Amino acid sequence: MKGHVFRPLWVTLGLVGLIFIARYFIVPPDFGIGERGYMYGWYRKGNEEEWKAFKIKHNTMQYCKDCHPDQSKKIKASKHAKVQCENCHGPSVDHPEKPQKLNINRDRELCLRCHAYLPYRPARYAELPTGAITLKMQEPDQHNPGIECVTCHSVHDASFK
Amino acid sequence: MNQSRREFLKTGFKTILATGFSIGVFETLRPEVLAALKKEEGLRWAFVVDTTKCIGCGMCVKACKLENEIPYDVNVTRTWVERYVMTKDGRIYADSPKGARDGFIKNDPMGVTVKKEDIDKGFFVPKLCNQCENPPCVQVCPVGATYQTADGIVLVDRTWCIGCGYCIMACPYGVRFFHPVYRVAEKCNFCYHRIKKDMKPACVDACSFGARLIGNIRDPWDSVSRIIKTERTAVLKEEFGTKPHVFYLGLDSIVR
Amino acid sequence: MEVHGEIWTLKELFVYPNEYIYWSIQIVMYPFMTGLVAGAFVLSSLYHVFGIKELKDMAKFALVFSFALLFAAPMPIVLHLQYPFRGINVFLTPHFTSAIAAFGVVFFAYGAIVASEIWFFYRKHFVEVALPLKEKRDKTLLEWIRFIIFHTLTLGAYDISEESLKKDEKAIKILAGIGIPVACFLHGYAGFIFGSVKANALWMTPLMPVIFIMSAVVSGIALCMLTYIVVMEIRKVRLRSRRRPWMVSIEEVKGVEISVIRMTAKYLLVFMIFAITLELLDLIFRGYTAVKHWDILRTVIYGRDFTQIFILQYTFGNLLPFILFLLPRLSIRRAITGLLLVLMGVFMMRWNVVIGGQAFSLTLSGYMDYILPIVPHNWETFKEGIGGALGILIMPFVLFWIFSKIFPVFSSEESH
Repeated sequence: MKGHVFRPLWVTLGLVGLIFIARYFIVPPDFGIGERGYMYGWYRKGNEEEWKAFKIKHNTMQYCKDCHPDQSKKIKASKHAKVQCENCHGPSVDHPEKPQKLNINRDRELCLRCHAYLPYRPARYAELPTGAITLKMQEPDQHNPGIECVTCHSVHDASFK
Repeated sequence: MNQSRREFLKTGFKTILATGFSIGVFETLRPEVLAALKKEEGLRWAFVVDTTKCIGCGMCVKACKLENEIPYDVNVTRTWVERYVMTKDGRIYADSPKGARDGFIKNDPMGVTVKKEDIDKGFFVPKLCNQCENPPCVQVCPVGATYQTADGIVLVDRTWCIGCGYCIMACPYGVRFFHPVYRVAEKCNFCYHRIKKDMKPACVDACSFGARLIGNIRDPWDSVSRIIKTERTAVLKEEFGTKPHVFYLGLDSIVR
Repeated sequence: MEVHGEIWTLKELFVYPNEYIYWSIQIVMYPFMTGLVAGAFVLSSLYHVFGIKELKDMAKFALVFSFALLFAAPMPIVLHLQYPFRGINVFLTPHFTSAIAAFGVVFFAYGAIVASEIWFFYRKHFVEVALPLKEKRDKTLLEWIRFIIFHTLTLGAYDISEESLKKDEKAIKILAGIGIPVACFLHGYAGFIFGSVKANALWMTPLMPVIFIMSAVVSGIALCMLTYIVVMEIRKVRLRSRRRPWMVSIEEVKGVEISVIRMTAKYLLVFMIFAITLELLDLIFRGYTAVKHWDILRTVIYGRDFTQIFILQYTFGNLLPFILFLLPRLSIRRAITGLLLVLMGVFMMRWNVVIGGQAFSLTLSGYMDYILPIVPHNWETFKEGIGGALGILIMPFVLFWIFSKIFPVFSSEESH
């Protein structure tokens, strides 16, 4: 009975031991300190791979041009050269398998994202290889309100139909 | 006797050499050392946002939400675009309705129509995670569910996050939120799955105006690194000591 | 579908799109409950360490009560977590650069200290219950259960000789001594969780942990006094209904009660002065230095949150009870009023820190209003609404009732 004073301490240490045992079974083996040290790099290494394997949905024009060379050439020669197909056609994901058909957005609101006149919207557009142009902007309330832009305008060559 | 002594020395020497060599090999193969070698290789992602080129179409936000499976109609987003309008009477109008998911198609900052002649200046500022060199969000995570990779990207481990929200509180930029589906902390990661496959982040690809650029700040010949080195760039909320790695061109003092 | 926090957040002016009130009522409850734990323990230690004899009765009671509170204190955080069962990760892979992870360890250590102290305190009682049961043959089922519980509680240490009880007393003194800094550390950490968030203009101040400790002690003492009064009133009622000659008289109970309350009230006042001084210092310093974020802080403190801060917290929670306790001839009724106001004041202080800290946007040019969910329409609005908060508030009392069945909290008075 000599050391009864330390009994609560043994119970406490026993609990701590249990946590360590639980840790051994539950914590993934690749959990540890990474390149950024304990402060910024205390993590499960395998998670990096999980993020790398995340599904890509926007495959960019590079992907589209193989099957749609004509459209792609057309738009490349137009003032819309820098506009990605997927901006209006939606993410291609695994097209043509899944989805088999892309959902084209022909809304007036989509065009207005760039072409609505705002007093503070930069009007100079210098991204084309052919040199700087003025960004076409319209007052949405005055320029044929209610009609979809694609009624008169052709998007792929950025001109009238 | 002499022979055996010589033999002994020889074997001893061999043993020492072999042991030393193998220790040396193991030493070099140690993960920390390998990591240090890799570091010298030098990859540290950095972003440049040219606010003078942004026209506020919000295509980046749309692309980001679709690419990264952020429920389209929920009012949270990994990247967003802010609109700032300063009028002649000194008033500042700033807003970002739905994070500019649908762009800015009306002249209605904060729901007010401002006349062209009343405006002193106005512009758009895209925001995203700054992938800070000293990320306070990572520092405060109690369980090690968020971390920074060797190339500087801050990621969230969805299987380990307990959802306490401390990281959301600690970010001075309001970049983090709870994912509506997975219910864990969520943030922009420069589209880690894309940049690791030699693609550009979805927002960079979606931008037709060249307002968003990504590159390697450690490569002196990289175009983004050239801009950061040679042009007058600024970062957001520098006073927090977070060392952000999104560099802004044409940043104004009224930007929050 | 909604993002967590959107349902109780109202945005005004320019707020970043992802900003919501992510830390709601449960995070208000969390420092409030932790504060009660720390405060109750400090109160009990005042007797054990500094030998303040007048607090003897209160000290015993406060120790068991702080043990009951201890179990309730982490509950708000667990309820707040998006994944409550992953909470164990804090112990499995602790990231000590985070105040919450450090809190886990300190909390565990603190719990061990309180539990050990209680063990030393009531060991004699455990043995006295277990020993006759141990020797008794053919025990009934109930006796078996009772025996197993108390036998476990003795941890096999049946020696209750004068000598070993002396050792117990010494151990209690040492544990209480270690306990005071650990209790302060514990609650200091709760303050550090907020004070270290550099992104938040209202929270970030090195004074935060100290302010939290002081108000913690205030609230802990207040709650102990209040519960003490309630328990004594119940005993008085019981004494009235079944008088026995060997029992203490009602007058005697009354006398003990009022003298304990008057004594403890003095300590309450001292800690209240510390708490208020620090809080005002913080406020004055912010206004005087008036750095970048002061513009918006001022509109929140003096404008939008004026009622919560200056009326509810300072006037009703501090000034009024201060006067009530300072006036001579403190009565039980006056004490109850004052104590309830003090508890409300400390709760409002937590509220004004947690909710007030999110009342303005990181843009420093927008506001967020918190609408406390009252009628729940799903699990989320229940646990992070008034229902969850009340549940947490009731929990320590239920636990205390259970513990008082095991530990004879009031026995010494019965026998004197």
